[in-house]
Amino acid sequence: MEPLISFNHMTCGYDDQAVLEDITLQIMPGQFVGLVGPSGSGKTTLLRTLMGMVTPAAGSVEVLGQRVQGRAPARIGYVPQLETVDWNFPVTVEEVVLMGRTMRSGIWPWPNRETRAQMATILDQLGIGALAKRHIRMLSGGQQQRVFLARALLSDPKLLLLDEPTSNVDIRTRDEILHLLADINRDGIAVVLTTHELNSVATHLPWVICLNRAVIAQGRPNHIFTTEVLSRTFNAEMMVIKQGDLLLVADRPHGFADLAASNAGLEDIIADARPGTRKSHTQTHLPSEPYHTHQ
Amino acid sequence: MIDLVRPWHYAFFVHGIIAATLVGGLCGLIGAYVVLRHMSYIGHGLSHAIFGGAVVSYLLQWNFYIGAGLYGFLAALLINATARKRQIGADAAIGVITTASFAFGVALISRVRHFTTNFEAALFGNILGVTTTDLWVIAGVSALTVIALFFSYKQMLFTTFDPEVAPTYGVPTQKMETLFALILASALIASMQVMGVTLIAAALVIPAVIGRLLTDRFSKLLLLTTTIGALCGLTGMYTSFYIDVASGATIVLTAAAVFAVVITITLVQQRRHGLKAGLGKQAVLVQSNDSHLF
Repeated sequence: MEPLISFNHMTCGYDDQAVLEDITLQIMPGQFVGLVGPSGSGKTTLLRTLMGMVTPAAGSVEVLGQRVQGRAPARIGYVPQLETVDWNFPVTVEEVVLMGRTMRSGIWPWPNRETRAQMATILDQLGIGALAKRHIRMLSGGQQQRVFLARALLSDPKLLLLDEPTSNVDIRTRDEILHLLADINRDGIAVVLTTHELNSVATHLPWVICLNRAVIAQGRPNHIFTTEVLSRTFNAEMMVIKQGDLLLVADRPHGFADLAASNAGLEDIIADARPGTRKSHTQTHLPSEPYHTHQ
Repeated sequence: MIDLVRPWHYAFFVHGIIAATLVGGLCGLIGAYVVLRHMSYIGHGLSHAIFGGAVVSYLLQWNFYIGAGLYGFLAALLINATARKRQIGADAAIGVITTASFAFGVALISRVRHFTTNFEAALFGNILGVTTTDLWVIAGVSALTVIALFFSYKQMLFTTFDPEVAPTYGVPTQKMETLFALILASALIASMQVMGVTLIAAALVIPAVIGRLLTDRFSKLLLLTTTIGALCGLTGMYTSFYIDVASGATIVLTAAAVFAVVITITLVQQRRHGLKAGLGKQAVLVQSNDSHLF
């Protein structure tokens, strides 16, 4: 099978400073891939090279068998980081989603009937059909993420690229987004996303690429998420806890024993969640054994 | 009682009010894009740059519209290109290029002291001196701008909303930037005779800000800013006739008064809404506390 994405000894960066060096990588059609790495490791830059926004200084990038040169290849849907969106821009949900068909819906400013019908289907699939006329600022984090996902889907992509889709959202929303992406992937669309959420990646994604200016490792999370690989990727001490199928990644805080000693006299306060009660009870903190590891 | 028909007996007023309405609408329409691109002062800056171009075209004995138009277009492209440099930014790019261009015009005037043309009209506007040719230029530029923005609506919206991502969806953002620079320069040159270099920024910015307070929808914003701009031009021109105050200044003050009214109403509405929401929350809390009591 021909790869969907192919990096061949690619080096790129900004202002003569290399961000990614000698990247050789292949992603196959229909894959669901997570790019993990610390800030500045080149995750977003890797996505930008796929869209022709960053030109390789050496080597090449191919998408769908065509070399990427200065412009985005057809049939890529891109969902940017929500932090980069201008939330005060006067634009409604449907106006944003219709941007996905800017170049393929005729010369008139308004969408044709077919585009409008497709948009309605996608919005309903993503559960935001009732929000079409709302301003984008008036939505929750998860709904905002879905709006930009809907825009990408309306462009009928074969490859979906998402930059940090799980940042700044709560745990439930994060899980919903990842399940939604898994459903989209099952429909045959390849998905590549960047994230810092190692535990979510371990739970939801079948394939992971660890990146830090170069590809440190790639494979299934339960194979490559090891103390050694993650410590090399994040340049920090990392711990991997495995219990059966469960995989938990944690960083080891510096001077934990000192911190624990200084807080030894304090007690945790856990409010009783039952309605109408105002009582709380305390729980004894056990600083000496914070983690239970099974390697 | 005020005789509203009387001004229409004067040809200068008829020319002036048509020009003021068209320029108001034109600047209102373009102003929406300018404000959303966070380049509110490009109108102010670019009109200063065009002043330099007007002086150069006079010295070279070129037609004002061609010479100043070309100069303004190049200045707008230069601002766009400089603004893309991350270290500089749009505001600083406008500051450097346009003031340098204005200074160039002033330097030429001080060096060549045998000017027969008075550049005061370009600086402060001369709406009562609008000729039939000026009217045709304003009408032509307005029509072409509406046509260009109508057929590039979707591309221009995406480019304005997210210039980084738009190319990944196939939008030719460079072409859109060039087209917008051309539209902006043409509109400013057409408007300079009416509003003058010093007041043009207000005609661009105020209707857009009023429109933004009234709607959250882009397509509606464009209609609103065009209408508000045109109405402020019309009302301002009429008012200036009766109170005997400079027309350009009256138009700007009319727009500012509309802004003051709209922002006051908006703030009052928001406060009431907030109060209602707060009361609603309190009611829910009382209700939930009550339910525990019983």
